[in-house]
Amino acid sequence: MKKILYTAILVLLMSSMLFAQEKQRDTTEVVSIKEILLIGNHPKVHQKEPKPLGSIDEYLEASSKINMIKRGAYAWEPMLNGMATERTVITIDGMRIFGACTDKMDPITSYLEISNLSEATISSGQQGAENGATIGGSIDLKRRKAGFKETGWSAGAHTGGESNGEQKIAGAELQYAENSFYFNTDFMYRDAENYKAGGNQEVLYSQFTKYNFSAISGFKLSETQSIEGSFIYDQANDVGYPALPMDVSLARAIIGSLKYEHHLFSETIAHWETKVYFNTITHQMDDSKRPVVPIRMDMPGWSDTYGFYSKVNISLDQHKLSANLSSFYNKSLAEMTMFPDDPNENDMFMLTWPDVRTLYNGLYLEDVIALNNQYSMQFTGSLGRHFNRVASTFGLQSLQIFYPEMTDSKQRYLKSLSSQVLLHKNKMEYTLGMGYGERAPSVSEGYGFYLFNSFDGFDYIGDPNLDKERSVEMNASIGFDNKKWHAKLSGSYFHITDYIIGKPDFSLSPMTIGANGVKVYEQLEYASLINSNVSVGYSLHKNWNWRGKLILSYGRDNNNINLPLVQPLSYQTSLAFRKELFSVEIELQGATKQLDFSPEFGENQTADYAVVNLSASQTLFLNQQKMSVKLGAENIFDTHYSTFSDWNNIPRRGRNLFVNLSYAIQ
Amino acid sequence: MKFIRAITLCCLAIFTSCSTDSDEITPENELADLMKIQTMENQTHLVELYSANGQLEQGYNKIFLRIKNKSDQEFITNATIQWKPVMHMETTQHSCPVSELTKKSGTQSLYEGFIVFQMAENQSEAWALTLDYTIDGAAYTLTAPIQVPASTRRRVTVFTGSDEVKYILALIEPSAPEVATNDMSVGVFKMENMMSFPVVNSYKVKIDPRMPSMGNHSSPNNIDLTQSTSDKLYHGKLNLTMTGYWKINLQLENALGEIVKGEPVSDTTEASSIFLELEF
Repeated sequence: MKKILYTAILVLLMSSMLFAQEKQRDTTEVVSIKEILLIGNHPKVHQKEPKPLGSIDEYLEASSKINMIKRGAYAWEPMLNGMATERTVITIDGMRIFGACTDKMDPITSYLEISNLSEATISSGQQGAENGATIGGSIDLKRRKAGFKETGWSAGAHTGGESNGEQKIAGAELQYAENSFYFNTDFMYRDAENYKAGGNQEVLYSQFTKYNFSAISGFKLSETQSIEGSFIYDQANDVGYPALPMDVSLARAIIGSLKYEHHLFSETIAHWETKVYFNTITHQMDDSKRPVVPIRMDMPGWSDTYGFYSKVNISLDQHKLSANLSSFYNKSLAEMTMFPDDPNENDMFMLTWPDVRTLYNGLYLEDVIALNNQYSMQFTGSLGRHFNRVASTFGLQSLQIFYPEMTDSKQRYLKSLSSQVLLHKNKMEYTLGMGYGERAPSVSEGYGFYLFNSFDGFDYIGDPNLDKERSVEMNASIGFDNKKWHAKLSGSYFHITDYIIGKPDFSLSPMTIGANGVKVYEQLEYASLINSNVSVGYSLHKNWNWRGKLILSYGRDNNNINLPLVQPLSYQTSLAFRKELFSVEIELQGATKQLDFSPEFGENQTADYAVVNLSASQTLFLNQQKMSVKLGAENIFDTHYSTFSDWNNIPRRGRNLFVNLSYAIQ
Repeated sequence: MKFIRAITLCCLAIFTSCSTDSDEITPENELADLMKIQTMENQTHLVELYSANGQLEQGYNKIFLRIKNKSDQEFITNATIQWKPVMHMETTQHSCPVSELTKKSGTQSLYEGFIVFQMAENQSEAWALTLDYTIDGAAYTLTAPIQVPASTRRRVTVFTGSDEVKYILALIEPSAPEVATNDMSVGVFKMENMMSFPVVNSYKVKIDPRMPSMGNHSSPNNIDLTQSTSDKLYHGKLNLTMTGYWKINLQLENALGEIVKGEPVSDTTEASSIFLELEF
């Protein structure tokens, strides 16, 4: 494996030298390889998006690199390039946040609202290593803000409803902006009952209620310097998880940051920004709504993170350099208390996350070189120190039952390297990239103690001695763009050595009543993942647009056995008509029968499906105010289906009619 | 001025309090962490019984005692003591397993040993403790009733093995169980006759901790108990993965590797016929 890596690096270095000899100064704007997804009431997206008040999850799902694991109607877990939370980095404006649920019921995207955000930058593989060590890539969610513009006061109100699940959405926002000051605040509320799957089948425990409040404000200290403070409060209550044996009574996040920005710091340093941040998450699982459980239990979890980053952007001839020094300190603690049927018996208590402290310090360097008006290259490299310590003696002693020699701390150095070549010639665009990255085990993988996975029915035990997971990746894309057509074929390949996955140990006795056994996190020699997709767009007429997308994935381990949660061949096609302030769109999406699935992980074959969605919108101007009305129907034919990433095959929503109303006061 | 005076006073207070500290062992600090169970007496001596919690209980009891001369109020430092607890039942009487009584190391007047009460007192049946001791060649005796209430959880088990021997098996450690790898120790004794309960040698105590309230699951990496050459007790490792009620299923294996009592826990056998209990 190392040989391949070294050869790859050598080839890349040589190719860069070749390119460097051309010495052309004629640079153009470097095309970003990253995918940018616009979210919510972003001015650019508001007109086009058929369902502007959709959840963040629905927005992210639109990317062909992202899949969402669904355990219910709420808090879907994003997978990037087929990799879930532990192999990806999800940040809000560069801030690290970690969910507080041992069962991944609270991916950090669940603590946000579309009203908080303007866009998501999706970086595949090592392109996404800026905010921390990753394998699959990163999603950086950008806060929405007015910016230093003379726009004065504006306000807006949104409301929406959905027939299926009776979701009620209400939101309001207020903003003020001038040259040296801006302030945004918004509130959003969602409340949903159980949804119905196709065929009018009610999916019990799929209700949720969510409140979100956020504020952001910037202040100019001088022409080039500014500070910005940001705050988000998010709380969800009574969240049902139909795919899991428990629900959530409270999921709360408080997220705050303070940023100092300096533009044109010097002739070469175009931009320098430093941010300090904190966030605290409380998560309480709840089984009180379930009439029959083997045993009643409480499972609260807490995750607090403190961090900072300092980033400079340097422009030097045809180089665009950036350096990012970042650090975070996270404290993850989760408990489990089980209440015996006999009230005279003592409660059964354990620490499922033994107060694990993680300290990460990393430096990331990036150089984007515009060689000429056709070629550009990007190099990135990072080095981080990842330090874990078990702060709870109780927790440490618990784990020492499994690992008697275990000490309370573990240190790992994480490196990453990547390079990318981009050729833009005529109407064609080619990219080719390679990368190497490492990651440390997650808190659950390293220190989890009897974490029940309801998919395969196993209790999971972490292993603190796990080695780093290492990934060598290659990616390539070919794109074509002219007035009428655009088409892109892209693919990425990940060869992950020491791939971390739970393997059954039948000598161990499962703790959870009815569990199939115990799995301990182990490392496969390697695993291979491929993600590829084709997207095509065609403008039939000035008002008509057709789009199509095809996604194909592959995931196998070193014994050629399927990895879990690998997407079957999936497709999506849509036809849209837009004229002035009116638009209508019809969309077909589906997947073929799942051929590659992992029975070991509890998966069975997911049947093929196809669903049809339809939406229409009209924007009206009433005096100075703008009002937009969006109507739509999802899954028009009320198809009963579930996708490969629906936990325990819970069926997806059946026919749903929605209406989104937005009212803006300028 | 007042301030300075206050400071001076404070300093004085600190220094004087420090100077009263002393590392010398006095009869009082020999009793650190011990609580008195009761005082027994005869014409010449007072005998004070101590334990960690000031009580006796069915099962294993670590007991400390010291003898005070009534005439000069001095504690005896050179006694040789034999003890014999006796259960006075309605129709018969019997003793129980005991250790030797020896001077507690590092102390002058404190003697230590253990008694395993295999049964608790009840309304009509009670325990009494007899001490036979000699001081400077003179022999004395003393008998007094003691209170041995039943334990809430099973700390001792009495059974007849397949070899027709009557065994007594008592839990010694963990006395304060933790969610951790606990050092476990038990005493294994056999009933030779009503008054003699010697230690059983070269056996093995197999353990299987289970939580009946939570699907009867077990814990990993337990180490069966084998006899220590030094204290003759049986030692092993007991892993408890959470707090709560644990049933420690036992199998007693003789020196030939034959199980004399107890069954392995399986899907059909929920518990062994011999077990000990812990709750924390």
